[in-house]
Amino acid sequence: MSTTTELLQHGAELFPGEVVTTAHVRHLDLPLQAGRLALITLDNGFDHTKPTTFGPGSLLKLSAALDQVEAEAAEGKIVGAAVTGKPFIFAVGADLKGVEILKEHADALAIGKGGHEVFKRIAALPVPSFAFYNGAAMGGGVEVGLHATYRTVSAGVPAFSLPEVFLGLVPGWGGCTLLPNLIGPSKAIKVIIENSMNQNKQLKGKDVFELGIADAIFEPADFLEQSLLWAAKVLKDDVVVEREEIDRGKAWDDAVAWGRLVADAKVHGAAPAAYKALDIIAQVKDSDLQAGFDAEDAALADLIMSGELRSGIYAFNLVQRRAKRPVGAPDKSLARPVTKVGVVGAGLMASQLALLFARRLEVPVVLTDIDQERVDKGVGYVHAEIDKLLGKGRIGPDKANRLKGLVSGSLDKAAAFGDADFVIEAVFEEMGVKQAVFADLENVVSPTCVLATNTSSLSVTEMASKLKHPERVVGFHFFNPVAILPLLEIVRGEQTDDASLATAFGVSKKLKKTSVLVKDAPAFVVNRILTRFMGEIQTIIDEGTPIATVEKGVEPLGLPMSPIVLLELVGPAIALHVSETLHGAFPERFAVSENLGKVVKAGKRGFYTWVDGKQVLDPEVLELLSFGDTVLTEEQVLTRALEAVAQEIGLMLEEGVVAEAQDIDLCMITGAGWPFHLGGITPYLDREGVSERVNGKRFLAPGVASVPA
Amino acid sequence: MPRTVRDVVFVDGVRTPFGKAGPKGIYHETRADDLVVKCIRELVRRNPNLPVERIDEVAVAATTQIGDQGLTIGRTAALLSGLPKSVPGYAIDRMCAGALTAVTTTAGGIAFGAYDVVVAGGVEHMGRHPMGEGVDPNPRFVSEKLVDESALFMGMTAENLHDRFPHLTKERCDAYAVRSQEKAAKAYANGDIQPDLVPISIRNTNPEVGETGWGLATVDEPMRPGTTMESLAGLKTPFRPHGNITAGNSAGLNDGATASLLAAEDVAEELGLPVKMRLVSYAFAGVEPEVMGIGPVPATEKALAKAGLTIDDIQAFEINEAFAVQVLSFLDHYGIADDDERVNPYGGAIAFGHPLASSGVRLMNQLARRFEQRPDVRYGLTTMCIGFGMGGTIVWENPHWSGAEKSSESEGGK
Repeated sequence: MSTTTELLQHGAELFPGEVVTTAHVRHLDLPLQAGRLALITLDNGFDHTKPTTFGPGSLLKLSAALDQVEAEAAEGKIVGAAVTGKPFIFAVGADLKGVEILKEHADALAIGKGGHEVFKRIAALPVPSFAFYNGAAMGGGVEVGLHATYRTVSAGVPAFSLPEVFLGLVPGWGGCTLLPNLIGPSKAIKVIIENSMNQNKQLKGKDVFELGIADAIFEPADFLEQSLLWAAKVLKDDVVVEREEIDRGKAWDDAVAWGRLVADAKVHGAAPAAYKALDIIAQVKDSDLQAGFDAEDAALADLIMSGELRSGIYAFNLVQRRAKRPVGAPDKSLARPVTKVGVVGAGLMASQLALLFARRLEVPVVLTDIDQERVDKGVGYVHAEIDKLLGKGRIGPDKANRLKGLVSGSLDKAAAFGDADFVIEAVFEEMGVKQAVFADLENVVSPTCVLATNTSSLSVTEMASKLKHPERVVGFHFFNPVAILPLLEIVRGEQTDDASLATAFGVSKKLKKTSVLVKDAPAFVVNRILTRFMGEIQTIIDEGTPIATVEKGVEPLGLPMSPIVLLELVGPAIALHVSETLHGAFPERFAVSENLGKVVKAGKRGFYTWVDGKQVLDPEVLELLSFGDTVLTEEQVLTRALEAVAQEIGLMLEEGVVAEAQDIDLCMITGAGWPFHLGGITPYLDREGVSERVNGKRFLAPGVASVPA
Repeated sequence: MPRTVRDVVFVDGVRTPFGKAGPKGIYHETRADDLVVKCIRELVRRNPNLPVERIDEVAVAATTQIGDQGLTIGRTAALLSGLPKSVPGYAIDRMCAGALTAVTTTAGGIAFGAYDVVVAGGVEHMGRHPMGEGVDPNPRFVSEKLVDESALFMGMTAENLHDRFPHLTKERCDAYAVRSQEKAAKAYANGDIQPDLVPISIRNTNPEVGETGWGLATVDEPMRPGTTMESLAGLKTPFRPHGNITAGNSAGLNDGATASLLAAEDVAEELGLPVKMRLVSYAFAGVEPEVMGIGPVPATEKALAKAGLTIDDIQAFEINEAFAVQVLSFLDHYGIADDDERVNPYGGAIAFGHPLASSGVRLMNQLARRFEQRPDVRYGLTTMCIGFGMGGTIVWENPHWSGAEKSSESEGGK
């Protein structure tokens, strides 16, 4: 064991900032006179707001605890050993800060080996071992329990997952090897691949039991007592644990093949983690656990030294930390209370906003429009959506009544908005129209009412310029579908004051949105980058490269959808409109595609159509278009598209559109769904050398979203 | 409307192991409400025939109804136990006789027809809520000499009892205490106590107290097997210099909880619930607050009178041992020997501990055990003294009584 200890001691020296988890060993007499049990409690000494993690120092503590338990088991002093967590938390896996600082492949390898060597000792104890999953368990927390002979889970566990693939790792402390051998490959792949790649979906205690990960489930009120009683019965053979037989034949290979389809659908081969995990799962079909563990070590070390993982951790930190403390937001004490909200316009976007405001703020929301019919339609939409929530059991009847009561419509703006604190407009995207709406509003609202605009590309400053109180205007740019995409770009106009801005951030927080402070610049962040990206793609197509080549060219990015599909989703007309706006601002970089104009004019939804259930290029559309004769290779397509994006981001940072590159990435992840393995986008541009080539410098310092030098 | 009084039965009772109050006690890091919740859950688990929605009331007693013992603990405990939201609950306080009063009050409701099935119990976490926490006695008590100041301090009232009965010496009290410890140890050895204990998970984060992490409480912490007259002789008398009351001849400061299931006899039969005891009568009585320990005597007189019984009909006594002298004053009154085998045969509060408002159900559990083991016994009683000068007694009948078949006409005796 000394080598493991040395490995971990070296690891602990590299990571002096670790919050060390202690493995407390306590002895107790089991019920039913079943004998004495050593119960290990994993506890980092903080309350549940600081969940227990594993770093090298923590593994050393667990190793020391196991030294003691092993000796006691050998001497016959105990009949069993068990592991559980502090209140509400079992353990949430490896401390990511300890992963970020690793510079050497050998040290990365040591992390994997160290964990394995310690956890394996639980399985190797001469007495049966138990894990009592009392609370949240993730990654290495789940894995430490997988090494035990038996497991129980609390029905109150709110979150249980192997999120490694989501971040860019593999479950490498036994997860890839043990889980398929415990519950079969297809359920294991659901947990390791599918859930992880589905925005890190969490299992609840009930799922953990139903999947067969835990052998018994107990209610949280007396979970530990019942788990100990159950353990006593198992030790006395009063309870015999039965597990599903695992098919190690073709079903195993089929499950892995299905896993590859799931991974392809998400990242199109662009990120390695899922595939490495699947390779290990495929390999452990013969249940050679040690070979599986060795493969995990190797995969873990390679991935820890990869840009994808560093980008993944960087992205994770952005959405977990930076998103909660928007950079540049004024002091929240300046925010004014919002007790009533007005929405100008009762179209689809406006209705969706009304629903969101009502659900999250739980204050009256009034929709207005130019005639009663539109108002009724808008309110009707919201009420119907509330009924859907009721039908799905997401809210109860009282809540549905309350929400419906909150949302009303009116043609009388003065009556509707006189006592509103926050009015947002979602009318037609044209400066003159929006200015008129605001001028009209200013006559009826209170002097401190915030006027917000959901514009996607118009200048907030200009929109406010004709008002008596331009300081209360803010941009409040949502992303479609507003209920799903977390991003909210909050735009500060030139005259916007701190109190109005603070109020906007306060509202955003209550809406549970990720807000990023953005300067009043054309198309703000996400639309500007997407339009530059798609504009470059469009130009490449217009110049003569076949669409299929273009699609293939950008595949290595692993974007959630191809630019051509995205165009269809956004709608060619809107895409054209935004490109025209940006062309107006930056004609040298944003072209307006004639071909796109023709598609819009023809009323087509995109380049593709469906024939016999297959997506094919629409011949009618192709008929309309004219192409040049410059044909690029796939590589050239990617290079040009990335260089355009890198240039644009470089310029945006120079202009001060956002505070830092981190905000760009946060926007692209939460507003456009750009993937973790790209870190949004700037880590990838740095990694591939595009930033250096185009702008002469990196976006992020070495070591940020990359392996430190 | 015509109404028939219904018989009330004690279906089952459980309790936590009792702990020592204070930073070294097993429950120092455990909430009071969690203790009683775990008792209620165990009671429900042990009686699978009981449809939980049939529970009509959850009465939980606590003396200090603050913090985790506040917030109408009967209702919150019901919700935390996972009982249906339709099951109501309330909080009760009669200091040491809290659980006993929870039982009598709900039993009265059952007899009257208001309830079919109830949960009644109590909790006291004297570590988290020391005696006297937040009290604000009316100054009139002192200014008008309504009570002597000693009435507020239970130990002093026990010293006062020695003044009233000088023949109940410290030596007799210590001897009684030694026997209580011996009987408790024997009861544990025979497995008479453990079946009604609910194991409680306990956390310790203080290395000075012992092993850290999660553990499991399965036995009463206060017990001191092997206690001798010699070991008791030298203990301090904290309530009076050269006094008689010591930590050895009185119950300590403790943490614990209890819960019992009561039902109308016909409902118990309908649901197939076991019957451990049948309630015969109960009574509470007041005495001078300065000698509250004598309270069980008038309470017992009243209860016996209501039942039409005499003390000679009682073959099993469970009397709370707040202080040995208070037990002896009761026995002395009735001419029962200090070491009479009918009295607290499994030991008492001096050994197990006395978490104030929870203790009543512990007495019932032990009386039920006695009834189960002794079908020759027909009647027994549970009694305890209560702060501010009270006593409470319940008379119970043994449903396993073997004489029932032989002389069914004597049923009318109650």
